[in-house]
Amino acid sequence: MFPSFMSPILLNAKDISRAVSRISHEILERNNGAGNIALVGIRTRGVALSQRLKEKIKEIEKVTVDHGILDITLYRDDLGAGIQKPELKKTEISFALENKHIILCDDVLFTGRTIRAAIDALMDFGRPSSVQLAVLIDRGHRELPIRPDYVGKNVPTAKSKRIQVLLKEEDGEDKVIIQEQTN
Amino acid sequence: MLLSTKNILSTKELTKQDIQQILDTADSFKEISTRSIKKVPTLRGKTIINLFFEPSTRTRTSFEIAGKRLSADVINISGSTSSAVKGENIIDTARNLEAMAPDILVVRHQCSGVPALLSQFVDSPIINAGDGAHEHPSQALLDLLTIRSHRGNLEGLKVAIVGDITHSRVARSNIKAMQTMGMKVRVVGPPPLIPVGLESLGIEVSHNLTTAIEDVDVVMILRIQLERQNQGLLSSLREYSNYFCLTAKALAKARDDILIIHPGPVNRGIEIALDVMESPRSLILNQVTNGVAIRMALFYLLLGEGNANPN
Repeated sequence: MFPSFMSPILLNAKDISRAVSRISHEILERNNGAGNIALVGIRTRGVALSQRLKEKIKEIEKVTVDHGILDITLYRDDLGAGIQKPELKKTEISFALENKHIILCDDVLFTGRTIRAAIDALMDFGRPSSVQLAVLIDRGHRELPIRPDYVGKNVPTAKSKRIQVLLKEEDGEDKVIIQEQTN
Repeated sequence: MLLSTKNILSTKELTKQDIQQILDTADSFKEISTRSIKKVPTLRGKTIINLFFEPSTRTRTSFEIAGKRLSADVINISGSTSSAVKGENIIDTARNLEAMAPDILVVRHQCSGVPALLSQFVDSPIINAGDGAHEHPSQALLDLLTIRSHRGNLEGLKVAIVGDITHSRVARSNIKAMQTMGMKVRVVGPPPLIPVGLESLGIEVSHNLTTAIEDVDVVMILRIQLERQNQGLLSSLREYSNYFCLTAKALAKARDDILIIHPGPVNRGIEIALDVMESPRSLILNQVTNGVAIRMALFYLLLGEGNANPN
């Protein structure tokens, strides 16, 4: 396996920034502006993505949209199924979801199970007008009938590969790399 | 991400890392109790049995609510309505309950050591919800959570525990947990209510309330256990009150930001004055709120893979 600095790069910092810009425009176009939308990032790297979209939307429309953070740990379908429990962090949604179009944000869309959990978690907070999904990478291999509304890049992958999204907020640099599964 | 212990019997068994993890997890759980739908599906299909042989409102309700907010099924059994009245011994009671495949047993008993005894006979994890004058670990954890959320961290904080130290399981659990977290503990009370030799455990002993709380970050007031006052340890409640009731006067020289906690139930006017109890420095109701989060964290962490009932 390649060490991470030698792994093939799928997106560099510029590519990520362009994808965020395009997705912001698509969100605004689809929802007729920023009036009724709210962004919700899924921990961990979905949060950074959602914050960047929020900044971009502010730049374009001069509107600050509501922003929330979702920890889906408690809604996972694999708790106690042989994996160790991930660290539980706070969910922070301080606005009402009613009559809002919620844009869920995550870094990589893979099996769709995380998104299923996120939708369940979201519904416990209220009844949004709609839920849309924005992801930086769609790598295929869905195990549930879930599709993204906004995609940074489609990357057909072998199931054994691992896609790693590195973002400045968490990792100190912006890039998306593809690696062999380590375990 | 798992605790180093299968049961929560005493705070002595918990490492610093365990306590840190329980507090961090509980911190995240607090938010759920503020939602309009106060429930997450995490422990769906798990069964929790509350086995309480001693009266309790706060603790039993807290464990029950914690379980229900995580979607577990919670069954409450109290001593007076169980087969214990027919003479069944406690080990048999526990083994019979276990035959119905619960995932956790929460046990309170008037005798010290009962939860530890039962843990040798059943496979499910056991949480000690108070055993005699021994320990009440979930109370100590919720006290730490309350202090930490007001002070940011625990290391180096000074605490005075006031009251009947000898008979208090809350004091025992707290002293150990606080020392593990690097806090300094001082106990305050009349000599008959303080065990001999505490100094050797690194605990300061004082018999003067006013001077003992001058420099502390937290003062924890214990309930005078009226049911134990026929033992001749105190000459009268009024005398105890004169010396050890936490009043505005006793607090005069204390820090302005001193935190006041009490495990409840409170004997108003005996161990704490009414105005002090109602003052903003008193965190008694915060403790109760935090209790639910702590118990949710314990259920969540104990029901992890590797800790789950192998049956």
